[in-house]
Amino acid sequence: MVQIIESQYKEILARYIREQSEQNLYAGQRLSRQFLQENVQPEEVISMHKAALEELHGELPAEVWHSFDLLVEMMISYGMANRERQSLVKKQEELRVEMDLAAHVQDTLLKTDRPDVEGLDIGVVSIPSRAMNGDYIYFVYDDEGSAGVAVADVIGKGIPAALCMSMIKFGLDSLDNAAANPSEVLGVINRIVEKSIDDAMFVSMFYGKYNAENAVLTFGSAGHEPAILYRAETDRFEELRAKGLLLGVSPKAKYEDRDVQLRTGDLVIAMTDGVTEGRTEAGFIDQSIIFDMVREKKEAGAQEIAEYLYEELSRMQQADLRDDFTLVIYKKS
Amino acid sequence: MSNQSSVEILTEWDIVAARQLGRNVAKELGFGTVDQARITTAISELARNIYLYAGQGKIEIQRVTEKGLNGIMIIATDNGPGIPDIRKVMEDGFSTSGGLGAGLPGVKRLMDDFRIDTNLGEGTDIRATKWLR
Repeated sequence: MVQIIESQYKEILARYIREQSEQNLYAGQRLSRQFLQENVQPEEVISMHKAALEELHGELPAEVWHSFDLLVEMMISYGMANRERQSLVKKQEELRVEMDLAAHVQDTLLKTDRPDVEGLDIGVVSIPSRAMNGDYIYFVYDDEGSAGVAVADVIGKGIPAALCMSMIKFGLDSLDNAAANPSEVLGVINRIVEKSIDDAMFVSMFYGKYNAENAVLTFGSAGHEPAILYRAETDRFEELRAKGLLLGVSPKAKYEDRDVQLRTGDLVIAMTDGVTEGRTEAGFIDQSIIFDMVREKKEAGAQEIAEYLYEELSRMQQADLRDDFTLVIYKKS
Repeated sequence: MSNQSSVEILTEWDIVAARQLGRNVAKELGFGTVDQARITTAISELARNIYLYAGQGKIEIQRVTEKGLNGIMIIATDNGPGIPDIRKVMEDGFSTSGGLGAGLPGVKRLMDDFRIDTNLGEGTDIRATKWLR
């Protein structure tokens, strides 16, 4: 193969020396791509050039040939850097494959089933900004009509955040009581997180428990973005705020339980800051923009509203999500 | 069969002497210009490592024959501090750090065979061979 390239190079060089046309230069450019494919190193290119020129114009003075020897020497380091680059590209590809596998494991491991609760329509969207998700949604429910949802956001992204998620999932799994109040749930997870993760890592979490019997949502928050409540009757928005420190800060942290009565058509939207802190060229996305979008789609099903919000907000950000994007919608039907 | 000669590395000028020795042997063996340049670059890198980090050491150039192939072996030895983490030093991307052992992955690529023995506080022995094809 290299011999063929060598003779092609000589051919092109001969033509170019005869006639300095753009066409001949273009032929050279195309051949250089083949050099890369065949892994021809820079120093070999110089050597090839020298050999071809010797055959074509052996009459040239000795100074010319000496100069190529220096050039070969000069290009060795570039060749070394080039080979190193190729090996790094290969390694990067291997890492990417591993990341994909890890993301797949994460999906399987952290899978959660959407509860089927009377009078409640649930929509979920969770899109990671990188391969692995640092946001997490988990449902806890029973046959008695309790449906709890945890929306968590690990401060930080990527693999460390994803690893931390598994811990939260197993913490929630171990509760095994869908009727537990947010203050209890957040308290338990707080102690687990506080013991297990490093001081620089924090988790915010919203926990909402819906009771189908009386249509009351009991919610609590550990330093999480307030959820939004849309009142169908008045066409107004309220923020669902509750006091509580981020998980993992202090083992003594206490969390609130707050109740809100849901009525037909009401929407509860719990999200992570990837939703509210989206940026466009004009700055942060205003909350009123999100409100307008919700109003626009309020008649639709919860899943449709969730997907609509994601599509619109990511379109506004030119599909350049900087943070994981997660939201859950409870719609009282 | 072997035939060897060597250069003590004490000053930066000795690096040039080591290169010259390597080039002469490579030329005599019949290596082309590009391979000569690769061999001398490898010698340079190894000699510089000795000069910068071990303070002093030796570059030996051996003619070697194995399975009907002729080749040239560079042996770089020193009694310097040794390399704490060979794996790291042999990783790509490390060579740009400019620290001890920088350039070793490059040397490995320029040559055909490469072997390194190092002991902390005792020194390092690197053998790199290129075969004439």
